[in-house]
Amino acid sequence: MDLLSNLALGFGVASSLANLAFCLIGVLLGTLIGVLPGIGATATIAMLLPITFQLEPVSSLIMLAGIYYGAQYGGSTTAILINMPGESSSAVTAIDGYQMARKGRAGTALAVAAIGSFFAGSVATFLVAIFAPPLTAIALEFGAAEYFSLMVMGLVMSVALAHGSVLKALAMVVLGLLLGMVGTDVYTGAPRFTLGMTQFADGLNFVAVAVGVFGIAEILRNLEDEHDREVMTRNITRLFPTRDEFRQMVGPVLRGTGVGSVLGILPGGGAILAAFASYTVEKKLSKHPEEFGKGALAGVAGPESANNAGAQTSFIPLLTLGIPANPVMALMIGAMIIQGIVPGPNVVSEQPELFWGIIASMWIGNLMLVVLNLPLIGLWVKLLTVPYYVLFPIIMAMCSIGVYSVNSNPYDLFAVAFFGLLGYVMSKLRCEPAPLLLGFVLGPLLEENLRRAMILSRGDPTTFVTRPISAGLLVLSLAILVLVFLPQIRKRRDEVFTESDA
Amino acid sequence: MSTKPKDDTDIAAGLLLMAAAGFFGWQSLGLEMGTSIRMGPGYFPMVLSGLLFILGAVILFKAFGRPDDEPFGRIAWRGILFILPAPIFFGLTVRGLGFVPALFITTLIASQASVRMRPLAALVLAVAVTVLATLVFSYGLGLPFRRFGPWLPL
Repeated sequence: MDLLSNLALGFGVASSLANLAFCLIGVLLGTLIGVLPGIGATATIAMLLPITFQLEPVSSLIMLAGIYYGAQYGGSTTAILINMPGESSSAVTAIDGYQMARKGRAGTALAVAAIGSFFAGSVATFLVAIFAPPLTAIALEFGAAEYFSLMVMGLVMSVALAHGSVLKALAMVVLGLLLGMVGTDVYTGAPRFTLGMTQFADGLNFVAVAVGVFGIAEILRNLEDEHDREVMTRNITRLFPTRDEFRQMVGPVLRGTGVGSVLGILPGGGAILAAFASYTVEKKLSKHPEEFGKGALAGVAGPESANNAGAQTSFIPLLTLGIPANPVMALMIGAMIIQGIVPGPNVVSEQPELFWGIIASMWIGNLMLVVLNLPLIGLWVKLLTVPYYVLFPIIMAMCSIGVYSVNSNPYDLFAVAFFGLLGYVMSKLRCEPAPLLLGFVLGPLLEENLRRAMILSRGDPTTFVTRPISAGLLVLSLAILVLVFLPQIRKRRDEVFTESDA
Repeated sequence: MSTKPKDDTDIAAGLLLMAAAGFFGWQSLGLEMGTSIRMGPGYFPMVLSGLLFILGAVILFKAFGRPDDEPFGRIAWRGILFILPAPIFFGLTVRGLGFVPALFITTLIASQASVRMRPLAALVLAVAVTVLATLVFSYGLGLPFRRFGPWLPL
């Protein structure tokens, strides 16, 4: 009954009128930005993150959770209506969703995506509530060596799941780690890589890096080619699926939820993997595999559910270990640290309102999405017709205010410009920004745990392989790396990513 | 006239990564290395710089003898020229000019990044953004910005 009383505590916190309002604003804003073409969930959250800093820790994280779901759904909407997925997880939705839209079933596709996501989200919320506390107990047993190995595994996973060249993704992780070192060394107080600028003594501002690498780079990419978009708006007539369509979506949604929940826990980008895995499963199980790619309902219902379930369960490693599973979680960690919360096993015992409040607000955010967003879909679709050249100056203004408001440091704004350019150059060189951001967030943690582990073991590096949990994690990371480099697997991986890009 | 195929994108990527590794490695030289028991501030960054250099070199090496299947494409020069200075301008002037004029000009600069933006539309947009943002952030959320700074003869 602990679970119920805990959940009750959480809902008590999350359903205060103010927090509900923040959650709602978050969902609306998230969808608003997320629905813009070419801006994925990560970029959306990066852009909206600064707005939440003025709030109380609990409210701000609740609002962020709302933004997250809104952004995810906004991304799916863009994927379905104009075949422009903001990032790889909604790329799968675009394959069949866009085809459904072209056949005049855009409304159905949007509704199926929302309902599937809601169901998956509800189930996964319960899973988080059930499994997070016992995992926290395990996490308390973790020493420096285990943390180090776990982070290595997370980074390796992010490499394996990145688009394109594995080598470049690895290089991005290392570059991210190095960028994370900028600032004052915690042990000796020596300034590192600051080029004598005291304004960077506290390290590079995380928000500035995220906004630059994702947001600004995204805007520049969209400005390369200003052409008109074909929007499938006129076709939205019927929103709710018929009974027959409901029957068709039950199986895919259930399977998608299962696949997504399991894969989401894995560090390094489980939610992305989940959507791909679910699509493959549905295609294999379908009686009409030839329909896939031409507007199959299951091809939207399954991956969307898996995506959302995975997004939800990826909170488990974040809340219990303090280790972000993907770039979005990395943003959440950044937000927590700015609020003065150190994510990790202690959050559950020391700040139960925060922990359970977030879990409850996840579900509320999901509910709001279905109840409020679905009827508003007409409005979001209209937004797609607002020309881009009107939108991006607004986004630039908001980003500037947002980044400056974090700690009123003008140098953060210079960093935004620098990282915007870096992000754009990286995208031109076909390097993925996601591993870089993950490396940037984990860099200081990784170094600190490495140094602590080495002190504890008196300089004996075998400590990482003689401790069983740590050894297991490292073996797993090595196995993943080897797999990714095997020619056969590499070919398959290329195929999967190409399919999604098509 | 090119005889052998080479992947220009990867050559550029490899060289840039090696340059970045060089920068971090060179900076690490000035830091104390320490021993493996007590690692100094330079230890881990040095290891990472070495790793990055090797990765960059491998990417560079593998770029030869293979065609570039996806060249650079168009580059958003106009975007770079107007988008990137916008936050820099805001950072330089938000204290001196104050929030309202700094934001107005920032939006105006950013709006010039698109060839489609007309002057009048840009002006209207910048006014609208400034008014709304001032209401929401300054009056609504109460952020501690000076609305008009000391540089203005007010």
